[in-house]
Amino acid sequence: MDSWRGNLRVFWTLFTPGTFWLLIFFIIPLAWMFGISFSEKTSITETEFTGTLANYIRSFDAIYLQIIWKSIWISVLATVFCLLLAYPIAFGICFVPVRWKPLLLLLVILPFWINLLIRTYALIAVFRSQGYLNLVLGWVGLGPFEMLYNDGAVIMGLVYVYMPFMVLPLYATIERLDRSYLEASLDLGGSQFQTFWKVTLPLTMPGIITGIILVFIPCLGSFLTPDMLGGANAIMIGNVIERQFKSANDWPFGSALSFLLMYVTFAALALRAYLAARSKGVDV
Amino acid sequence: MAETLKPGSGPLDYGNRLWLKILFVAIFIALYAPIATLIAFSFNTDKRGVVWRGFTWDNYEKAWNNVALQEALLNSLTIAFIATIIATIIGAMAALFLWRFRFPFKPAYEGVMALPIVIPEICMGVSLLLFFIYTGMMGWSVGMPWPLNLINIIIAHVAFCFPFVAVVVRSRLVGFNRQLEEASKDLGASEWQTFWNVILPFMMPGLVAGALLAFTLSLDDFVITFFTSGPETVTFPVKVYSLVRRGVSPEINAASTVLIVITVIATIIAMKLQAPQKTGEG
Repeated sequence: MDSWRGNLRVFWTLFTPGTFWLLIFFIIPLAWMFGISFSEKTSITETEFTGTLANYIRSFDAIYLQIIWKSIWISVLATVFCLLLAYPIAFGICFVPVRWKPLLLLLVILPFWINLLIRTYALIAVFRSQGYLNLVLGWVGLGPFEMLYNDGAVIMGLVYVYMPFMVLPLYATIERLDRSYLEASLDLGGSQFQTFWKVTLPLTMPGIITGIILVFIPCLGSFLTPDMLGGANAIMIGNVIERQFKSANDWPFGSALSFLLMYVTFAALALRAYLAARSKGVDV
Repeated sequence: MAETLKPGSGPLDYGNRLWLKILFVAIFIALYAPIATLIAFSFNTDKRGVVWRGFTWDNYEKAWNNVALQEALLNSLTIAFIATIIATIIGAMAALFLWRFRFPFKPAYEGVMALPIVIPEICMGVSLLLFFIYTGMMGWSVGMPWPLNLINIIIAHVAFCFPFVAVVVRSRLVGFNRQLEEASKDLGASEWQTFWNVILPFMMPGLVAGALLAFTLSLDDFVITFFTSGPETVTFPVKVYSLVRRGVSPEINAASTVLIVITVIATIIAMKLQAPQKTGEG
């Protein structure tokens, strides 16, 4: 690697465009929003910076605290279900014949590339009361069930949408797992379950942690899934933020909530960095 | 245990276990059934879209003749196209200098550059909304002729796409043998000639993969567009969102199917291009 002083002209030419865009259209808007989160609303479209903490204090009102709490547990449940489904999938892909791997991986990743909105819309058609699932259940004499517009629908939607984020890091760690450890454990009389619990699981922990964080962060900040699949009472923090900007027009409060959401995100990332450092460079 | 070992029944041949196969099939069905039914019912004659009544292309015709949808799709493609070009150029330049140079506070710089990838989309969306409103760009762009009225959305899309391009291109550059660059310069090539004739051809698969990634990201984005678009500048996902609020219709299925086909093709090309680099070429 060259020192940046070595060729100043090339360095500045390459450095400027990206830095400019990042600064003007990312850092400054965020900094601005940070300022607004300490401002007071003076009219519908005007705010005045007063350094007030009122917006943050308001976020801890019972009603918002309840929504934040609900967002967290919905995200936790969605992450746990993702993990439970993704682990066997990732594990299986690692152990199938080599020629199948690319196809199976593609099948896991492909839905991730399909528009989030379209995938959520597809779920509505499946789960609504005259939807396909109720139709199928009807044939065996069950239902119809109300499966949409509740917390359960939001969790199912989040699991459906963010599964690939969990499979990929798990696949990456399990693939690198030294199989002789598993053989050794089995040879020494460990059962399959003991081998999994005491050898495979601890060795693949870095991938599990990465997957959990990769799923938990977008779940917590999700707005579209709860908006489309959740009923009036299934709102998450993303929906509250959206309302502050689209209908309630309380920008300072919306800004404060956005920053709280970002702090949680940073905390999750810091936790991952800490755990990765502790597992001695077994990073994913 | 395992006295008569048939091929594929060893203790580590989990790939052949029946429970795993069943689980695979079940999960893949769950992943694909909603999308498959969405596509299948875009060909359905039934208006309500629950029961299969017969094959038809009518929904595609209707979606195609729907001026609002047409406009939205055109907007989306235009935005994706322009944003991809800008994001690819900026992202590639960022990848090049991060790969080539050492400079003070580099880890911090890389951290900031990764932020648009990690922070919740809604935070980025609302911060850009505020920025556009306060700088007056929101009101200013509304009066502009097409496609200049899309400028806010394009700016926002470039902002979240180019760090992704940078990551993809940089991972390609890691495999570059810098002796080739030295050889080129020793033989008298200028900085620009070396870049154009030696580095750029090597980067090309990474560039194309990065560009396709940016294209699909931009085409798919709903949240950030939702906040940065004005009432006149509706993109395809935003339009579908407002249609879905009014109910499910086979016309939306048809339009969605078209978008799915576009993204899937782009994704498969991108993956094909990225595949050789995993086998350790270069």
